[in-house]
Amino acid sequence: MANYIEKIQTLFPAATLESDRTPLFTIPGEQWHDMAVALRDNAELKFDYCVTVVGMDWTENLGAIYYLMSTSYNTVVGVKVLAKGDREKPWICSVEDVWHVAGLYEREVFDFFGIIFVGNNDMRRLFLNIDWVGYPLRKDYDENPDINPVSIENERQTDFTDVYSLDEKGELVKNERRIFEKDDFVVNIGPQHPATHGVLRFRTAVNGEEIKKIDIYLGYIHRGIEKLCESLTYPQTLHFMDRMDYFSAHNYHHALCMVIEKAAGIEISRRAQVIRVMMDELSRIASHCLFIGTYCMDLGATTMLFYTLRVREQILDIMEKTCGARMTFNYDCIGGVMQDLAPDFVADVKALLEVLPKNIKEYNEIFTGNVIAKNRMEGVGVLTREDAIAYGVTGPSGRASGWACDMRKLQPYSIYEELDFEEVTATEGDSMARFQCRMREMEESAKILAQLVDNIPEGEYCVKVPKMLKLPAGKWFQITEGCRGAFGIYLESDGSTKPFRIKLATPCLPQAAVVDHITRGQKIADLITIGGSLDYIVPDIDR
Amino acid sequence: MQDFSFITTWIDNSLRSLMPGWLAVTTECLLVGVGLLLVYALLALFYIYYERKLCAAFQCRLGPNRVGPMGLCQSFADMFKMLIKEIIHLNHIDRFLFALAPYLVIIASMLAFAVLPWGNGLQIINFNIGIFFLIAVSSIGVLGILLAGWSSNNKFTLIGSLRSGAQMVSYELSIGLSVITMVCLAGTMSVEGIVAEQADLWFIFKGHLPALIAFVIYMIAGTAETNRGPFDLPEAESELTAGYHTEYSGMHFGFFYLAEYLNLFIVSGVAATLFFGGWMPLHFPGWDGFNAIMDYIPGVVWFILKAFALSFIIIWFKWTFPRLRIDQLLSLEWKYLLPINLFNLVLMVIIIITNFHF
Repeated sequence: MANYIEKIQTLFPAATLESDRTPLFTIPGEQWHDMAVALRDNAELKFDYCVTVVGMDWTENLGAIYYLMSTSYNTVVGVKVLAKGDREKPWICSVEDVWHVAGLYEREVFDFFGIIFVGNNDMRRLFLNIDWVGYPLRKDYDENPDINPVSIENERQTDFTDVYSLDEKGELVKNERRIFEKDDFVVNIGPQHPATHGVLRFRTAVNGEEIKKIDIYLGYIHRGIEKLCESLTYPQTLHFMDRMDYFSAHNYHHALCMVIEKAAGIEISRRAQVIRVMMDELSRIASHCLFIGTYCMDLGATTMLFYTLRVREQILDIMEKTCGARMTFNYDCIGGVMQDLAPDFVADVKALLEVLPKNIKEYNEIFTGNVIAKNRMEGVGVLTREDAIAYGVTGPSGRASGWACDMRKLQPYSIYEELDFEEVTATEGDSMARFQCRMREMEESAKILAQLVDNIPEGEYCVKVPKMLKLPAGKWFQITEGCRGAFGIYLESDGSTKPFRIKLATPCLPQAAVVDHITRGQKIADLITIGGSLDYIVPDIDR
Repeated sequence: MQDFSFITTWIDNSLRSLMPGWLAVTTECLLVGVGLLLVYALLALFYIYYERKLCAAFQCRLGPNRVGPMGLCQSFADMFKMLIKEIIHLNHIDRFLFALAPYLVIIASMLAFAVLPWGNGLQIINFNIGIFFLIAVSSIGVLGILLAGWSSNNKFTLIGSLRSGAQMVSYELSIGLSVITMVCLAGTMSVEGIVAEQADLWFIFKGHLPALIAFVIYMIAGTAETNRGPFDLPEAESELTAGYHTEYSGMHFGFFYLAEYLNLFIVSGVAATLFFGGWMPLHFPGWDGFNAIMDYIPGVVWFILKAFALSFIIIWFKWTFPRLRIDQLLSLEWKYLLPINLFNLVLMVIIIITNFHF
């Protein structure tokens, strides 16, 4: 670990090491682009995956923290870049050309902090509508509802985007760029469309049945969770985790609890750890079941949905008995879990493990082996390993492209290190591979459950935690594996009972953004196949 | 074998004795029209119930079970709801064509009813190019779909209707060719003639291999013709919301809905006529006792049951297979079905010439 820190320090003496929990460097803005290139290309560093870009407002200055990960050495580093210019027009050099997905994250930072990224090809707002006044995540944002009233007019939209560059004097210059060509036939797929799985909108330029370009249009269910968290105490922030990717509610809860516990120095009992992991894996099976069902339905095989829901219902029943809810469980809490397991939990899980292999076999017989299904999925929407990394596509979708990106293996947390399970990968990178990866992941999750179900230790399920939890000042970053991919949480505390900043790096945003890249030249019907196989969840994109 | 023609002749004679010839014909036409509409509506209602129950069975559900015993009145309730629904008037559409489209679709399927052999002597028109007439009128339907998509002034409907155009025009070929194959075996285009030819043995047995191939192709093409899954691209809901009829509401939508089910019946009915003897009971040459017993079951029952059984297969398709993509759909037709069909036609001709059939 020390190696790459030293290496960075020798390459960039100007970079100062701020924290070494997750190494965090601070670099002057003008050197950032050179450093980014070096971080990616240097043979000893190879930080080729940009996990997230955290926009920050430290009141005296604005900036962004880039979290990077090396897929070769499995190392994580953060780089803090301060914005130049005043609060009116702060700017940072864009690194969209280094990590493709960073371009999208920079748009998000621009949307919420007003930091302009010079050289980014598309400086539109990402989530808020184009008439929004102010930048909501800045600390001096005026929340007065009169400034941004609820619009009763049609949403205004534009076919142009801004690109900023620097002139010789170092001043910002704004140029306009067309998103679509002038005579493109643009079909609006969404925001209300059966196949977008939520209120997501693809503006799709088509040439007959062939797709020329897709412009992804987000923010229809953006709730500003990150902003809301800043005004709530730590235990209060937890329930938002159920409301992003509602199929990985347990996993996300687990992640945030873990970060807060790490920051507060709370050790939780072994029993709570096991319960959390079991719930995570149960969610994973339930989530993948639903994926298979809805995906088959997207492809026109409606009947499969009911077969997969059978298993999912069984899991939801297990959760209902223990958590008291079927959807927003709110089960993990700081220090452990809310309540103890239901008495028949073990028996129920065993019953599930018994029927699951039969069901998976049945799914394969009905659907996977079907010649129409094969024709629809094989070779459709091929995502190469390089592209998966550049576009930040994690989870089963990334693993189907051959990128072993399971954070349970790469950045082991909780008790995953002790468990025996395979990381499911494939090499084809097409829709079929993504589909089958999930199918096989269900088997692996079942394997984990089988190891744990008879070994749930006795003990307390929740340790005592002060009611008003204060975290010491500092920065924490944690990556975990949700059902759909790597879920990163950045937590900054100023020593009070409320978080100074929480950034939730969700897996679905890059997955939705990669759709444009892999659908070009394919048919409209393939958009549905590809979108479905990536399995994004809109509340997870919009947060 | 019951002959229904004495009833029709009796009605004709008694009408003619009461009124001049032209009036009698007009009255008969009206009676037939009313009867047809009634059968049409009842069949559609039955088919809605039939499909919902079947689909429920495939999906481990119960299906409609609240309205009436076993949910039997569910489709009446549905239809009543459809009738009282408001027809939404849209701006920026071609009103005339928009309103015309559903009628074209429904007229096409109604006309096709004219030549279906319901029973011995129970046929609305019997003329020597019956099957040819059927193919001709059922192609009018695609016009309605194209108009619907075009006049709605909506990108989804336009794509849906263009897909539909490509699909139906292509699959018409397969239907036509497999029909011709069977016409060769029958030696006549008259529907009555085709049924009569099967008095000894149904064509599916008589024509063995080529008849079987023609049957399989006909079922595939027929499913595609009715725009049903796995060929439901024109209305692929996960891609194009509801395809060409996205903008329709109330009874106008109801017409498309009805026409879809009636087309299902027509396709199955024609398959029953061409391959399973229409209203002709199951006969085997030499088995006189068996044949006599089979004759006790009325021809109408035979025909309707055959049609329902064949519809079952088409419904089964829909609730099992995923949807094809447009290019796969077209290559299936032009690269596989069409050559096989042409070859099959030659094979059939050879078999007929060499008298190799049963």
